[in-house]
Amino acid sequence: MSPQPVLAIRGVTKSFGRLEVLRGVDLEVAEHEAVALIGASGSGKSTLVRCIDLLDEIDDGDIFLDGEVITDPAVDPVAMRRRLALVFQAYNLFPHLTVLENVALGDMRAHGASRGEAESRARSLLERFGLGGRERDRPDDLSGGQQQRVAIARAFAGRPRAMLLDEVTSALDPELVGEVLDAVRDLKAEGVTMLIVTHEMGFAREVADRVGFLHDGRILELGPPERVLSEPERPETQRFLRRLLEAGRI
Amino acid sequence: MSGSEATLDRRAARGAAKRRRARRGQAIAAISSVVVLGGLAALILTSPGWPDVRDTFFSWSAFKDSFPDVLSAFWLDIKLFVTVEIAVLILGLLVALVRTSATAALFPVRLLAVVFVDLFRGIPTILLVYLVGFGIPALELSGLPTDPLVLGGIALTLSYGAYVAEVYRAGIASVHRSQRDAALAVGLTEGQALRHVILPQAVRRVGPPLLNDFIALQKDVALVSILGVVEAFRQAQIFASSTFNYTPLLGAALLYLCVTVPLARMLDRLGTGASGLTV
Ligand SMILES: Nc1ncnc2c1ncn2[C@@H]1O[C@H](COP(=O)(O)OP(=O)(O)O)[C@@H](O)[C@H]1O
Ligand SMILES: [Mg+2]
Repeated sequence: MSPQPVLAIRGVTKSFGRLEVLRGVDLEVAEHEAVALIGASGSGKSTLVRCIDLLDEIDDGDIFLDGEVITDPAVDPVAMRRRLALVFQAYNLFPHLTVLENVALGDMRAHGASRGEAESRARSLLERFGLGGRERDRPDDLSGGQQQRVAIARAFAGRPRAMLLDEVTSALDPELVGEVLDAVRDLKAEGVTMLIVTHEMGFAREVADRVGFLHDGRILELGPPERVLSEPERPETQRFLRRLLEAGRI
Repeated sequence: MSGSEATLDRRAARGAAKRRRARRGQAIAAISSVVVLGGLAALILTSPGWPDVRDTFFSWSAFKDSFPDVLSAFWLDIKLFVTVEIAVLILGLLVALVRTSATAALFPVRLLAVVFVDLFRGIPTILLVYLVGFGIPALELSGLPTDPLVLGGIALTLSYGAYVAEVYRAGIASVHRSQRDAALAVGLTEGQALRHVILPQAVRRVGPPLLNDFIALQKDVALVSILGVVEAFRQAQIFASSTFNYTPLLGAALLYLCVTVPLARMLDRLGTGASGLTV
């Protein structure tokens, strides 16, 4: 028997009105594993990630965290979210707080740390992601790449069991992508369990242990990056990758 | 002559030209102000009714006799203004929070909040002061306030509370939903997200409209005079009707301006320097 996965998604469906976005998604992420999720724009990648973090409610199926079902209506969503972390495409930093306060807020309010503890942890996280000296700045005074690194630090500050990254480089100018990917590499090196939605195929190939292709509301293909990205079995995956190639995205 | 010297010369010339333009602008503004205001003054001073107006509205002796009493009555306006303003800020926030809450259990309270806003925003403030000021004592229920000052304060609080609730509500609605998502994602409860993420941003945005309502309230405080409260306007009126001279009213007007003009300048500063609005 293989060890229990950190995240297990079983037959998850989700519709918005008559639009069926997820039609039975199955996916597991093991401890220390990084799974990259690829798929066309509008295929439901963000929806899946939001459902896992209980920001959107699934219609059917189950999601498990460390073997415990988190999508049962009887489960307290706040307690579950405290064990997960989500980094948004648009950073969503809190503009009225300083960089330091952004990173420390969750630790203080959700994890019961004192201000001193939370801020000293936040300081060392910011240092680690190359933001030492920016603690007192407001998010709006930072570049996009710096803001996204603050967002990663903020998410990681809650010591999550798994991190969900939703296209964390898609809103960035090309020259700022590298510094954010470095932060994710850093997390991977530490063995953080991650589900990474991305359009950066080179990065997926490098960092991910497995790549999943979301199409038509299901995970159509799932496997090691070399296989899924270089020798995809399904014609839909081949077509998607060819289109990315033509658009110069690989 | 070297290239860098020429650059320096041009920079100095540009600076001098800029200063000349600024000086000329100031001179034009000063001259046109003198012309317009002087013309207006001349028009008024040469009007046929001016001698009468001067005696009934600008009598120095009437001003001197009445002003100390009007001023001390104005303290009542200030005290009432401050008390009502605090009550309005609290009531408005509560009503706005109830209206924006999504909890099913709060539905009846939410309905009540909607009715509250519709009702008290829809009735003219002066009418509300009458209804509360004369209606509540007429009920002759024990325990209800009968002091006209308190009743007037309640009426003003209801009226302005309804306005301010809507200002707050607009502020809360203007904070993008992704802020709530981000707050929940770091593990906050809905209440904590409101308290630490949404409200601080909402309150910052509604500063200017709230200050606007402050200014309106500061003037409307005079409405409690219709209940017999002797505040500045009423005190001035008493002088005016006993001496047939309106100068005391002008004195009262000056006092209101002393409060509302600084508030208005504050509002201007908030409006132009919104980014400096760090609180
Ligand atoms: N809150 C919502 N209400 C209605 N439709 C939505 C909502 N969120 C997403 N959708 C729709 O669901 C589909 C999947 O969106 P999304 O998960 O954002 O895709 P992706 O992240 O893969 O680009 C899109 O067609 C989108 O318009
Ligand atoms: Mg998306």
